[in-house]
Amino acid sequence: MPAVVGTLFVVVPLAALVAQVEWSDFWGLITSESSLSALALSLRTSAVSALVCVLLGVPMALVLARTRFPGQAVLRSLVLLPMVLPPVVGGLALLYTFGKRGLIGETFEVVGEEVAFSTLAVVMAQVFVSMPFLVVSLEGALRVAGERYEVVAASLGARPTTVLLRVTLPLAVPGLISGAVLAFARSLGEFGATITFAGSREGVTRTLPLEIYLQRFDDPDAAIALSLVLVVVAVLVIGLTRQRSGAL
Amino acid sequence: MIPALVLLAPGLVACGGDDDGDGSSGDGTTLTVYAAASLTSTFEELAERFEADHEGVDVVLEFGGSSDLVEQIINGADADVFASADTKNMDKLTAEDLQGQDPQDFATNTLEIAVPPGNPAGVTSLQDLAGDLDLVICAPEVPCGAATQTVAEAASITLDPASEEQSVTDVLGKITSGQGDAGLVYVTDVIAAGDTVEGIEFPESADAVNTYPIATVKDGDAGDLAQEWVDLVLGPDGQQVLSAAGFGAP
Repeated sequence: MPAVVGTLFVVVPLAALVAQVEWSDFWGLITSESSLSALALSLRTSAVSALVCVLLGVPMALVLARTRFPGQAVLRSLVLLPMVLPPVVGGLALLYTFGKRGLIGETFEVVGEEVAFSTLAVVMAQVFVSMPFLVVSLEGALRVAGERYEVVAASLGARPTTVLLRVTLPLAVPGLISGAVLAFARSLGEFGATITFAGSREGVTRTLPLEIYLQRFDDPDAAIALSLVLVVVAVLVIGLTRQRSGAL
Repeated sequence: MIPALVLLAPGLVACGGDDDGDGSSGDGTTLTVYAAASLTSTFEELAERFEADHEGVDVVLEFGGSSDLVEQIINGADADVFASADTKNMDKLTAEDLQGQDPQDFATNTLEIAVPPGNPAGVTSLQDLAGDLDLVICAPEVPCGAATQTVAEAASITLDPASEEQSVTDVLGKITSGQGDAGLVYVTDVIAAGDTVEGIEFPESADAVNTYPIATVKDGDAGDLAQEWVDLVLGPDGQQVLSAAGFGAP
């Protein structure tokens, strides 16, 4: 019974959204110049963000799952913090770090790279909020896989690098894939940190969620149509991975 | 599950708005005012005066974007008074025939340039905003952005913003943090922001004067209190508070 209530609570609002869609000009609404540019920007930045999450998150997950050191529990909590933090707070934190007057923002300006109002800022915001999803899911997979095969491989003479590349990571691939997909999906939906840190400009920083939020004032029909696009993309992404890895 | 629902129930009913017994019956009367976010400080001050003058009356203020508020009222929110930051959103209320009395204009607001303290980009006029700096404005879809477009067109300049934000608050945030070099917000926002930004007036702002209308909501629970609130806002006390916050006379 609670399961039914829970399911309805999620499904009914989505159905209500679909019911609001103006199907007659749906295609026109989602193929307008600003919509397409927001969708393209969202897909592009989310893909890059998911990739960055993998590059930085895999070593983090390995360290958390395979080593023991003092303060590890604290470190894990800190790394996972963006998951529970309001994204706006994350955006402010980034602003006070990389902003024009931020902690290390001036260093960036010296290099000639201004983070403010750039697509780079969008990616940074997305990575900040998405990284924990990859780390959590990969760390879990590594723990479940256990260290038995690694010990065996090492006892048979495999060097640590070989063990990592041939044993540890292949075993964790389902966890890695589902983690990367979660990071991608979270990046796709990112709003608060982006609007706080990166701003909102068509084609540069205005991702699909920002476009939806903006359009809901002026053109609610377009906002609803775009929301549906976001829902469909999210469902596709999650559905595809589930089928592939069965691990999500 | 069931006990949790029972616990929630009284709260849900109270939000439902069909508590007729609560309205204009002496003790514990509530007046619910829906007002544009830019009115926050002024209406809070007026609410205190109103409560002091009306014993037992509790003024509940709900602030937000005018478009969100009017949407909520049309969808059955329990508002007694609606004060909008523009005529467009008040028109949505009257289009649904939800006004008690006809709307009356009670204030105006004009745009001003906001820059971080010290004015790092050396902005002195509207024309400077077309130069090489990180300009932050409201998106054309929201009222402050529409006003921005109007002044830019009147001054025949083309603005190339680094960012088009969804609200005045978002614009101010980018300026106070020093992220943007200049922004266009309302005079009242600059005054409310205190020392965190500097304001620069410009003559072209007269081309986009924003008018604030107020109206009682039909079938509100608060009865005559709603009209008394409107009278307070339109009267000398209300006008004085609004003028101190930077609003112009209607």
